[in-house]
Amino acid sequence: MYRYDEFDAQIVRERVEQFRGQVARRLSGELKEDEFKPLRLQNGVYLQLHAYMLRIAVPYGQLNPRQVRRLAKIARDYDRGYGHFTTRQNIQFNWVALKDIPDVLAELAEVELHAIQTSGNCIRNTTSDHYAGATKDEVMDPRPWCEIIRQWSTFHPEFAFLPRKFKIAVTAAEHDRAAIKVHDIGLNMRERNGEVGFEVHVGGGQGRTPHIAAKISDFVPERQLLDYLEAIMRVYNRFGRRDNKYKARIKILVSETGEEEFRKLVEEEFAAQRDAEKIDLPQEEIGRIHAYFSPPELAAKPATSEGFERAKTADPAFARWTRANLHPHKVDGYTTVTVSLKPMGVAAGDANDAQMMVVAHLAETYGYDDIRVSHAQNLVLPHIALDDVYDVYRELDAAGLATPNEGLISDMIVCPGLDYCNLANARSIPVGMAIQEAFSDPDDQADIGKFHINISGCINACGHHHVGHVGILGVDRKGEEYYQITLGGRADEKAAIGKIAGPGLKADDVPAALKRLVDRYRELRTSKDETFIETFEREGMEPFKEVIYAGA
Amino acid sequence: MPLIKNRQEVDDIWAFVPDDAPLSPGGCVTVSLGRFRSEMELLLARNTEIGVRLEPADDPHELEDHLDRLALIEVSFPKYTDGRGYSQAQLLRRRFGYEGELRAVGHVLRDQILYMNRSGFDAFETERADLPSIIDALEEFSAFYQPAADGATPVFQRRHGKD
Repeated sequence: MYRYDEFDAQIVRERVEQFRGQVARRLSGELKEDEFKPLRLQNGVYLQLHAYMLRIAVPYGQLNPRQVRRLAKIARDYDRGYGHFTTRQNIQFNWVALKDIPDVLAELAEVELHAIQTSGNCIRNTTSDHYAGATKDEVMDPRPWCEIIRQWSTFHPEFAFLPRKFKIAVTAAEHDRAAIKVHDIGLNMRERNGEVGFEVHVGGGQGRTPHIAAKISDFVPERQLLDYLEAIMRVYNRFGRRDNKYKARIKILVSETGEEEFRKLVEEEFAAQRDAEKIDLPQEEIGRIHAYFSPPELAAKPATSEGFERAKTADPAFARWTRANLHPHKVDGYTTVTVSLKPMGVAAGDANDAQMMVVAHLAETYGYDDIRVSHAQNLVLPHIALDDVYDVYRELDAAGLATPNEGLISDMIVCPGLDYCNLANARSIPVGMAIQEAFSDPDDQADIGKFHINISGCINACGHHHVGHVGILGVDRKGEEYYQITLGGRADEKAAIGKIAGPGLKADDVPAALKRLVDRYRELRTSKDETFIETFEREGMEPFKEVIYAGA
Repeated sequence: MPLIKNRQEVDDIWAFVPDDAPLSPGGCVTVSLGRFRSEMELLLARNTEIGVRLEPADDPHELEDHLDRLALIEVSFPKYTDGRGYSQAQLLRRRFGYEGELRAVGHVLRDQILYMNRSGFDAFETERADLPSIIDALEEFSAFYQPAADGATPVFQRRHGKD
C-alpha cells in the first residue's frame, strides 16, 4: 500500500497544526460558528445530535494493521470504545470532544491517516473496489490512480468551495463493486491497444433526486486524466447551481444542461486546459506510486487446500461461512475474506476496539498487512492462504466477527438515522435489526441468496436506499415514522434506481412485509441460482407489490 | 477597509464606481463588467488606469482581449462559501496571462487567503484579519500537490529533483 514520503508527512502535520489554530480561535470566540463551520467540515468534524462527530479518511478503503490499532486506541481514549465504518469506506467516531480533536488528528498523522476533506463542499475521499489488487475479475489494480487522485484533490485551491460535496469512485473490474454510476464522477479503468485509460461517468448520485451517471467519455488516456478531471471540476465550479442546496450537485447541472451540451463544455475546457495548464505528471512519479501497490509476494500453493477441505467437512458452521464470505483470489491457493460487521443486534458497520485489534492481528499474521473497508460497511482481508482460512475464521468467530452473511439479506447498508443524526426523519438502526431478526436463520439466508437491503433514515439517502434491491426510506408523517419501500435498485455495473412500491409502512409491519416478499420471490424464481434482483427484473413490480401490502 | 498586497498593508488608490453613479473625471476607478462592456470606449479613452470588478456569475473570457489595458481586476466574494472566484482567478492568471493586480474583495477571511493566493490573487481587501495573521495563513503549508497560479513547484516535481 502507499506510504507517506517526507512531503506527504509534512503536509498532514501542517494540517494538524493549522486545525489546532482554527479550533483555538473558535474556542476563544475569535471565529464565529458560521465561519468555523466550513473549516471544521473540511476536516471531517460534524456537529451531530449529541456531540461532535469526527470522520477519518480511509483512502480507497485501505488500511494497515498499525493504522487499525491506532483507530482502536482512539476509540478507547477519545470515544466510547467503538467506531463506525461508513459507506464511503471511511470510519467515524461519534463522541469526540472538539477540544480533543487536534490531538486525535496528531495521533492519526503518526500512522499516516488524516480527516482532510471528509466533509464540506469539496472533493471527498476517492473510493474504490474493496477487492482491488486481489480479485480475479479485475483488468488492473485501480489503487495507484486512486492515490494520484487523492494527492491531486488534497487542498486543491480552486475546488475547496464547490456548490456542493463531490465524490469520485474508481473501479477496474468487470463487476462494479465501487458503485461508480451513483457517484459525481465514476471512473472505469480499461486497456485499449496497450494503453491504460478511463471511461468517465458524470452526474450520478442519490439523495432526493437520484440519477444514474451519464457516460461522457469512452477513453481518457491515463496521462490526461488529471486534466480531464480539472476540466469537469471547473465547469462544475463555475456553472453548478448555488441558489438551492438541493439542486447544487453536479447531477443537476448535467441534467439541466443536457448530456450533450455538458460533454461539449467539458471537452472545450479540457482542450484549453491541455493547451495552457497541462498537469504534466512525470512518468517517474506515476511509476513511483505504482511501485507501492505491487502485489504481495504470495508463496506458490496448489489451487486446493486439504486442511481447508477437511475443516469444512468437520465444521458445518465454518463451511457455511466459507460459502458466503470468501471471494476468489487471482492467485491459486489464496482467497479474500469478508469480515462481517453485520452481526445480529449491532448497528451496521460498528466495530469495537477489541474487534479492531483482532482484525489488525489477523492481517499481520496471515494477511500481508492488508485490510480493506468495503462500501457495504464490512472489513476485508484480501490475501489469505486457503491453508490459513480456518485459523482466521476461528479468531474472527471468537470476536463476533464471523457472521456468515456477506451479500445476503442480513448484510444491510444502514445509515445512523435518528439515533445519531440531526438530518434524519426516522430511525434506521432498529428497523434494520428487526429485519435481521426476521431472517436470523443462516440456512434460510443462504437459501435466499444475494439480497441487498439498504435503509436510509431520510431523503438524503446515506443508507443508499435508492440502489438497494429493496430500499427502505424512513419518513416522518405527523410525528410518526413510516417506511417507504422501493424495489429493483442496484449499484453495480447494471446500476438502477429502485421504484417506489406504494405507501409507507409502519416500522412494526416492515419485517413481515419483507417475509412475504421473500416468499413470493422463492415461488417465482426459476432456480436457486436466480437472484431476487434477476427475478424482479423478469417479473416486474406487480407480484411483489401485491404481497408487500397483503397484510394491510 | 485594510488592503493587503504582496504581504504588505498598502493604501488603496482605487475607487469602485457603482453603475448608477457618474464617473469622476480623474483617479483610478473600478467598474462592473456590465459598465465596462457598455462604456468601454469612454473608459479606455481615459488618461487614468481602469479596473473591472467581477461578480461570481461573470465570465472572465469577456476580459480576455482587454487585459493589457486593465491595471486591476477585483473578484467579488459576496459570501465566502461561493467559490466561483477561484476559477475566475485561475482563468485570468494562468489561461489568459493577466499580470495586473488581482484583488479579492467582499467576504474575505483569513482561512481562505492561502487558497486565494494559490489561485492567483495578490491583493486582499479584508476587515476580518490583520497583516500578521494573513502572513501566518500564507505560510501554513510548505508543500503543495498540484500546480497552480502561484507558480509553486508541485510535490510531484519536487520528488524528482525539481525545485
